[in-house]
Amino acid sequence: MKIAYYPGCSLESSAREYDLSFRAVCEAVGVELQEVPDWSCCGASSAHQLDPFLSVALPARELLRAEEMGLDLVAPCAACFLRLKEARRRLLGEEALREEVEEALRRRFEGRIQVYHPLQLLGRPELKEALLGKVVRPLEGLRVVCYYGCYLVRPPQVTELDDPEDPHVMEDLVGLTGAEVLDWSWKVDCCGGAHALLRPEVVERLSGGLCLRAREVGAEGIVTACPLCHSNLEAHQGGHPIPVYYFTELLGLAMGLEGAEGWLRRHLVSPDPKLLVGGKA
Amino acid sequence: MTLREEFPEVLRCYQCMSCTLGCPMAQEMDLLPHEVMGAVQLGRDEEVLGSSTPWVCASCEACATRCPNEIEIVQLMDAIRRRAVQQGMASEREPELHRVFLKEIERRGRVHELSLLLELKRRTGLFKISVDELKLGLKMLLKGKLKVFPGVKRGGEELKRLFARRESP
Repeated sequence: MKIAYYPGCSLESSAREYDLSFRAVCEAVGVELQEVPDWSCCGASSAHQLDPFLSVALPARELLRAEEMGLDLVAPCAACFLRLKEARRRLLGEEALREEVEEALRRRFEGRIQVYHPLQLLGRPELKEALLGKVVRPLEGLRVVCYYGCYLVRPPQVTELDDPEDPHVMEDLVGLTGAEVLDWSWKVDCCGGAHALLRPEVVERLSGGLCLRAREVGAEGIVTACPLCHSNLEAHQGGHPIPVYYFTELLGLAMGLEGAEGWLRRHLVSPDPKLLVGGKA
Repeated sequence: MTLREEFPEVLRCYQCMSCTLGCPMAQEMDLLPHEVMGAVQLGRDEEVLGSSTPWVCASCEACATRCPNEIEIVQLMDAIRRRAVQQGMASEREPELHRVFLKEIERRGRVHELSLLLELKRRTGLFKISVDELKLGLKMLLKGKLKVFPGVKRGGEELKRLFARRESP
């Protein structure tokens, strides 16, 4: 199958390993990602705070480009995913806004395509089966918790990902790798998000708290599906060191994909030695 | 127009405090989320517009998801933020971050994280970079987590037309 791919700004730099691992996993199960040509930023956490028009128009530009490609769209960054879904919902529901956006972009919005997160895409039954069939190096003995944060699950009527208080789509996928996925009560708590730039002490409290809670239930790693959560959890551990992985990295490792160990070497916190061939971090 | 007129659903709030109880940022705020709701109900807009709360809010949406009256509290926070900026009442540094962020999109089409960080520091911190921040930045550079040079400009004429409609400076 083919799908349009919107990487988003973080996946070009701080979250490069999320981009690399997602592409590799998709290729391995026959999903062809077509990058949206000349894509631009979705406006992230800033546009909606200052400018209501841009908060819809910036992601609308990307929706229109995907429509032109005739493909559904996948966005791995939780903020991009939410902004794209919210823009789609508002363009469908607010005629005056849609007309204003169409006029500025000189194209019509049809609302034909859907926006997905990689958790939803790879979580499809047929792809889960394909993933399971490719597991050659089960991550047995690795104990992890899955962490969703905010924008994948909230607002639930916009993201439509899973139960907003107790999602399990990531657990289901990570479970395929053979790792032991532990339950915990903090999977949808906030990491501090964009406050990392101006209020790092707040992020230290929130992300550090999450690292502590993860260790308390016996986890040796936290699995994420958002570049900002990953970055905050790695950079602000509050004195409770624990490795943080993208779910696509664990899938790629279990599938024995080429380059997988290189993804982990980009992390600020060294990965569990069990994950590296020869056992060296 | 008052905030209550712009956002009439705030009248549905009966002060159950679910928003405040689930708010990860409550302890950093000068007005708790349910107090913001109460003040807007009573038309005390000035108190809300000068408050740190809309800027401390991380837009995590826990409040709105759990509100029994389905009030879109984060959308109210957005409305407060915009109005505070327009009226020059914003009390915190966050508006500067969002301006720099939007400027970066306008200029390059995509956000180049390193340029964003440096510009934000230039405007808010006057190069008061802490040792911790410096260590983190260096580590990120060494790990290849910060792209050193921005790429080519993206978005072309389309972005230009969108930014031509930019509402507030």
